[in-house]
Amino acid sequence: MREKKPVPLIQLLYDDIFLMLLLGLIVPALTYTIWGLIEIISKKVLP
Amino acid sequence: MAEVLVEARTCPVTGLRVVKHAENLIKVNAVFAVLALLFGTIGAILIALTRWEAIHLLPTDLFYRMLTFHGMNMLVFWIVFFEGAGLVFASTIVLNARQVAPKLGYLAVILMILGFLLTNFIILTGDVNETAVMFTAYVPLKAHPLFYLGYILFAVGALIMCILFFLNVYNAKREGTYEGPVPLFTYGIAAAAVIAVFTLVHGALALGSAFLWSLGIIEVVDASLYRLLFWGFGHPAQQINLAAMVSVWYLLSYFTVGGVTPSEKVSRTAFLLYVLFINAGSAHHLLVDPGFGAPWKIFNTSYVIYMAVLASLIHCFAIPASAEIGQRKRGFNKGLFTWLIKAPWSNPAFSAFFISLVIFGFIGGASGVIMGVEQINMKLHNTLGVPGHFHGTVAAGTSLAFMGLAYYVVPLIFRREWLSKFWARIQPFLFGGGLFLMAVSMNTLGRLGIPRRVWETSALVVPYKELLQATLGIGAVVAFLGALVFILHTVLTIIFGKRVEGKPKFPEVVQVSNPDEKTSTPGTIVLAIIFFLYLAIMYTINWYWLSRVWEVR
Repeated sequence: MREKKPVPLIQLLYDDIFLMLLLGLIVPALTYTIWGLIEIISKKVLP
Repeated sequence: MAEVLVEARTCPVTGLRVVKHAENLIKVNAVFAVLALLFGTIGAILIALTRWEAIHLLPTDLFYRMLTFHGMNMLVFWIVFFEGAGLVFASTIVLNARQVAPKLGYLAVILMILGFLLTNFIILTGDVNETAVMFTAYVPLKAHPLFYLGYILFAVGALIMCILFFLNVYNAKREGTYEGPVPLFTYGIAAAAVIAVFTLVHGALALGSAFLWSLGIIEVVDASLYRLLFWGFGHPAQQINLAAMVSVWYLLSYFTVGGVTPSEKVSRTAFLLYVLFINAGSAHHLLVDPGFGAPWKIFNTSYVIYMAVLASLIHCFAIPASAEIGQRKRGFNKGLFTWLIKAPWSNPAFSAFFISLVIFGFIGGASGVIMGVEQINMKLHNTLGVPGHFHGTVAAGTSLAFMGLAYYVVPLIFRREWLSKFWARIQPFLFGGGLFLMAVSMNTLGRLGIPRRVWETSALVVPYKELLQATLGIGAVVAFLGALVFILHTVLTIIFGKRVEGKPKFPEVVQVSNPDEKTSTPGTIVLAIIFFLYLAIMYTINWYWLSRVWEVR
């Protein structure tokens, strides 16, 4: 029997829009929202 | 598994199964999209004739009220209602699938309609100090609670539409109505839906907290936090448009000339790049914000967003290439540009598609990439160049592309023959031509130092100001006529048009007999090189202008 080739990650993203949904929420949430929140919180308040 | 019985008909042109609930949802969304477009268009002409200071039509308070009215209807309601129709179409009709939980779909549309009516009501009738807060409604500018409530109701309805889209696709896969990956159009709309979920969550957080603050339930909303969350909504909302518009371009290329992308994988990769990286573009709005450090700004607006720009450049090649492939297969094979010269320019769906593609790329896309650079942004931030950019993207790009698709929606979904071929044929040229003139004038005025969102600029001495304001106003009048022709023609056709029996007569849906034949695209390669040169020249000129701001001796 022929061995099954592993499916490349990019092909998984073409086939599974739910995986795309997950990554599409995580990546911008990390680079824009969470990092942005850290920037705001870490600002010192004027005395 | 027991088969689910659903009421449906078969489209005589495309052969696709049109499910009744899906058809109803598409119709309701389309009707309210056109109504929002009418509202937004009325606001547009009043604002433009005020910014043309030789006319200076509106008094100050009405100007800001209309600016809010125009922004909300154009940037939110018209576009999202139309995209609601697109979400249903892509996840049911294209996949030969049924509409999951149709009652929930109707509830979502009702929420959207309530939000649309409530927001417009309060903008038009409320105290101007509480309602003329504009699209951004920046804290600490406090709006009337009903303004936020309308915004939130609409956003919740739109979020339910997105959830239903994913459930429809899941259900279609489970019931085996399609095999393998979803078609490219549905994949593009899925990318738009993913961006929409991120967008609407941020919108709910920003506007929800502002709503509680306006009611006095919470004492304060941090202005910096509001801006971060609001722009996680405000700019990605336009990226939903981008992904939806690009999907519509692929679809229109297929319908009008039988065009297919030169590489399905590359086009899908470009959509994927949008999903992963384009929402970071929101940081452009905060480039002059003191609350965020340079690493956050530069990482998001340079490193991350250039991956999304790469995606746009891929589509910028693949879409005209798809039209060239379709045309060459139809026999227009001579030389470099016979395919373009002999394209079906009398088909309004094609002219709308191609004009929107060109204006989006040369005016909207190029200006967006340039003003996204942190240093150049220092010069262009809050100038008239910013609305100049998004009238090239959202108005001439997305709106005209959606109008192009509407030329098929009316005969195929509403089953009505268009009343007039003449008005349909000239409308994209009027709307696109007017917006081109307007967007170029706004971009130029912005670069000369004219600010956005101001009622008058008499104190500013700027070269060619009066001339450019006049070309802005004339462009706006022409675009207004184009929009009005579209709205009236669509409404009158739906009410009085002859019912379609069998295949509609106009516009034509092209069937290519040899879809798998390989074709080269030399004409598009030349067009792409011209675009690259233009982008490089504009980029360099803007850096030169920046260098002239502070003279170093």
